[in-house]
Amino acid sequence: MPPAPEALAVTDLHKSFGPLEVLKGVSLTANEGDVISIIGASGSGKSTLLRCINLLEVPDSGQVRVAGETIAMRPARDGRAEPADRRQVDRIRSRLGMVFQSFNLWSHLTVLENVIEAPVHVLKRPRAECVTDAMALLEKVGIAEKRDHYPAHLSGGQQQRAAIARALAMMPQVLLFDEPTSALDPELVGEVLRVIRQLAREGRTMLIVTHEMGFAREVSNRAIFLHQGRVEEEGPPAQVLGEPRSERCRQFIQSHL
Amino acid sequence: MDLPFLWNTARELIAGVPLMFQLVSLSLALGLVLATLVALVRLSPWPVLSGVAYGYVYVFRGTPLLVQVFLIYYGLGQFEWIRESFLWIFLRQPYWCAILALTLNTGAYGSEIIRGGLQAVPWGQVEAGRACGMSGWLLFRRITLPIAVRQALPAYGNEMILMVKATSLASIITMLEITGIAQRLISQTYRAIEILLVAGAIYLLINFLLTRAVKALEHWLSPHLRDAPAPVLPNAALVH
Repeated sequence: MPPAPEALAVTDLHKSFGPLEVLKGVSLTANEGDVISIIGASGSGKSTLLRCINLLEVPDSGQVRVAGETIAMRPARDGRAEPADRRQVDRIRSRLGMVFQSFNLWSHLTVLENVIEAPVHVLKRPRAECVTDAMALLEKVGIAEKRDHYPAHLSGGQQQRAAIARALAMMPQVLLFDEPTSALDPELVGEVLRVIRQLAREGRTMLIVTHEMGFAREVSNRAIFLHQGRVEEEGPPAQVLGEPRSERCRQFIQSHL
Repeated sequence: MDLPFLWNTARELIAGVPLMFQLVSLSLALGLVLATLVALVRLSPWPVLSGVAYGYVYVFRGTPLLVQVFLIYYGLGQFEWIRESFLWIFLRQPYWCAILALTLNTGAYGSEIIRGGLQAVPWGQVEAGRACGMSGWLLFRRITLPIAVRQALPAYGNEMILMVKATSLASIITMLEITGIAQRLISQTYRAIEILLVAGAIYLLINFLLTRAVKALEHWLSPHLRDAPAPVLPNAALVH
């Protein structure tokens, strides 16, 4: 079988916050349909890596390529890099769905309004069409009956499912999940994982930063273990999460069982 | 109690309400634009501009409105270049001097209220907008501003009430709004207590209505802070 086309490629990403170097040259490639779990201790750079991909953090150096289009960077005055074309960044972001740890739904909009906001105003699609699509997505994540509720009226699990519907509404090429269940009460984790599992079955390309080792093993076809800003181990989840070669990865997995 | 006198006084004072209303609505409208600009400049990454904006806020919040009214009405006319510029068409009239003083004053207070509202917008919600491809004016208009307005409204309602009362200072530069008319009546009749009581009651009534209006606006803008809606029936018509 020929390999699926490349959906996302990150090359030699570096990022520092002040004197702290968080990413020390991270590269990864996701082909279409890949579900990649990114694991590692807190502070290992997992979230920063994800946030550098859609430029919520601007990497100091390195390249991000989405569906063959490289985000153009230029040197900034402080010697780091900055995006050369803001409009290109907006365009690329609109193709990358992001699901945050703390949901970040827009508090002044209802669930339905949250889901149609970006399709209507960024993609400029007709509102009626967006509402129809949004309802189908809300149906899929199981909160269609909550469409006129505001985020404050929902449980954490429902909010995160609404946030997933919001990301899906942009018809993204790649979905980025930044610890999607870490802010949830244990009994609400399952409902969110169920939705993500379903998305994996549909063949969506996803990068998932997670602490749910069992879930990562089951849902992903590749796992990446980050340690101190570098890819320490990468491979099939059964290997990385089951029989890690690196001592650090082994220790990390053991502490998370 | 001389009810017919109170009634006549009320009727005369109410004749000053339209002028008061003009002063307060015009200066609030202009002041809101000014306040938004000043707040944005203060939050901007340019230290010099931000410093200038802070200087303006510092001066106009730190000095009495009465002094500002006097300085604008009596003070600006001292400068020949102002008298000879087109500005003099406005600044020689007490009406525009009052508007200017009130606008500059509410612009300073309002900018702090708006700055607070903008800074209190949860960063994660702004990031969620960015992550969807929003930026610049679109992000400000659809996400940041609506959230900021909801947060700033209670404090801004307070500022509006203060402004209604502040219009009374326009009376000292000959404006015949409610207080101006009251002073004229007092000098004609020497019945200060009754007249001022009626004037006070009119301000109270206006502010009562204003408070109600702001409250209604708050209620309308903040369904997300109220109870959850009743469950929706399947297949019910979409309201949006």
